[in-house]
Amino acid sequence: MLLLAILLIPSAAAGLAYLLPKRGLRLALLVLTSVVHLALVAVLWTTPDATALGGWLMPDPLGLIVLTLVSVLFLAASVYAVGLLREESPRGGRLFVSCLLGFLAATSLVSLSHHFALLWVGMESTTLAVAPLIFHRNDRRSLEAVWKYLVLSSVGIAFALLAVFLLATSQPALPGVRALVLDDILANGPSLEKSWLRAAYVFALAGFGTKMGLAPLHTWKPDTYGEAPSLVGALMSGALTSCAFLGLARFTEVAVAAGLTDFTRPLLIAFGLISLVIAAAFIIGQADVKRLLAYSSVEHMGLLVLGLGVGGIGVYGSVLHVLNNGIAKGMLFLVVGNLVLATGSSVAADMRGMLKQRPWSAALLFGGLFAVTGSPPFGLFVSEFSIVSGAIREDHWLVAAAMLALLAIIFVGIGGMLLKIIFGTATTTTSDDEKATGDSALLLVGPLCLAALVVMLGLYIPPPLQDSLARAAQLLGGVAP
Amino acid sequence: MNIGKFAELLLLLIVLTDFAVLGSSRLSACVRAIAIQGVLLGALSLVIDDPRSVHAMVLAAGTVAIKGIGLPWFLRWAMHEAAVRREVEPAIGYMASLGLGSLAVGASFALANRLPVITRVELLVPIAFATLIIGLLILVTRSKAIIQVVGYLMLENGVYLFGLTQLSRVPFLVEIAVLLDVFVAVFVMGIVVFHINREFDSISAANLVELRES
Repeated sequence: MLLLAILLIPSAAAGLAYLLPKRGLRLALLVLTSVVHLALVAVLWTTPDATALGGWLMPDPLGLIVLTLVSVLFLAASVYAVGLLREESPRGGRLFVSCLLGFLAATSLVSLSHHFALLWVGMESTTLAVAPLIFHRNDRRSLEAVWKYLVLSSVGIAFALLAVFLLATSQPALPGVRALVLDDILANGPSLEKSWLRAAYVFALAGFGTKMGLAPLHTWKPDTYGEAPSLVGALMSGALTSCAFLGLARFTEVAVAAGLTDFTRPLLIAFGLISLVIAAAFIIGQADVKRLLAYSSVEHMGLLVLGLGVGGIGVYGSVLHVLNNGIAKGMLFLVVGNLVLATGSSVAADMRGMLKQRPWSAALLFGGLFAVTGSPPFGLFVSEFSIVSGAIREDHWLVAAAMLALLAIIFVGIGGMLLKIIFGTATTTTSDDEKATGDSALLLVGPLCLAALVVMLGLYIPPPLQDSLARAAQLLGGVAP
Repeated sequence: MNIGKFAELLLLLIVLTDFAVLGSSRLSACVRAIAIQGVLLGALSLVIDDPRSVHAMVLAAGTVAIKGIGLPWFLRWAMHEAAVRREVEPAIGYMASLGLGSLAVGASFALANRLPVITRVELLVPIAFATLIIGLLILVTRSKAIIQVVGYLMLENGVYLFGLTQLSRVPFLVEIAVLLDVFVAVFVMGIVVFHINREFDSISAANLVELRES
């Protein structure tokens, strides 16, 4: 009942939002739905053995972590949306709100599915829900971005569907075992046919890797994040990529249960390192701050699969990194959105000296800079540290060394741009009294709360979360610290 | 002619439609070929499974209606509405395309031979892979938005063909796949027709270069 409510309430709200006549009512519905959703997710933490649809929907540690991340980000984003839709009066605000709520329903479905086909349906729906959001500005550049996104994601999603079929093929027909139900597959892991399962894993990596934006399948990412409204960038880089990672993680759980880690781990390490290299190459000398964040997202997706690839404590780091990266990226995109609203541009050269014009947002950006590059005391330090030490403990010395070097380059690249935005001297001298207004509280409260969360995760992880992280890491072939 | 032979005949015809799209220079011919492929897929889903099962019948009817009739009609309407020029204008030549297509078929048979046998219709798996690869080839070597959609549909048809091997075990899977894929395709094409055409003079995705990394 609870699980169905988590899916159906946002779906119903999405339909209702399209019908409501007034913008105020729609926005109220948006915030109300996200509050109710978060409350239901919180209840779900206390009732871990809820099931629905005959075990097709079920919370488990990893799914619950992703669902919680999605719900928290969505609440922050919906409060932000209230402030944003006041400043910008967009075309078809009803479609925007409706698609946002549809996105929440689709991502919840991905997080809760224990049936691979259902997970695929959720993943496909996220693509559909997000496309109109990217196309929000309705101009040439966003048209180009949405076309690239749709073509690449559709190919990725088609590969993921093939992976689901291949997984079904690898499952022998045993009495009492349901096809494509995660728990049944995991319970009979050794009986899976290995060659089909290898094929399934390769296609799952390519398909969900495209949705995550792993290099070299990331080419849609800078364009999409660069053109989409910052709010949509926050949800995509924080929530959507985490759901895509969850899809890949489900296949990884199956591979671990079938004893295929010798095959999967080198693949994951290769994709992870390529992503880090591409991210470092394009972050240095990047001119646009939203595209910079997109490449930073490529970097963090690379770290997530690297953690899975090195095994051991690195897997734990990966699962924790899903949370940390999601929250930090969401916060950064929202803050950058504030600065873009203030200056009307996302080119870094146009937005220098923001500390004077927008002190709150600039201060948050300063924190975000250190958070996203993995400095203490932020949560990303803990998770990245776990991934590196996982690499060292599992005797991947070269991987660890390459990771550290690339992370240092990326730190310099991101720092160089963001510090100029915060402290640089403004190139344009428009009337000061007009600009030094500061942001509305609605645009700040979301990123502030997210920043607080990512600091908290760096200093203290609540015991129930710690327990879930450890159990998720075990299923993915790793160990808890 | 027994059922297995008939299925193999249908599969051979499907490969022919793959090459028809690959080798023809006119958009309308490509759309016609993908429509025929849709009808062949529908017929195949009747033959592969027990032909009297309600499931197979519903699936076949849905496939023919959507992939054989609905989407090609929509594509033709889009071409007409956007006054698209008739030529395909590929990035690589037709002979080269056909050569790569043949390589794809060879590679698919080699790949399928290395995998365990899962269906009594031996051609099904290699031709599923071949259709998938050729669809992908069209998607990356053609610059017009409409023909890219045709390539995407062919890629989906390849996945669908492979899905037919699992028809008796997880039948509903194929159905949701059909429904959602079609929805995505319609969605993609809706955007193509109404916006790319409105913003740009020609409906070519090759014009979409503003966002390149400088």
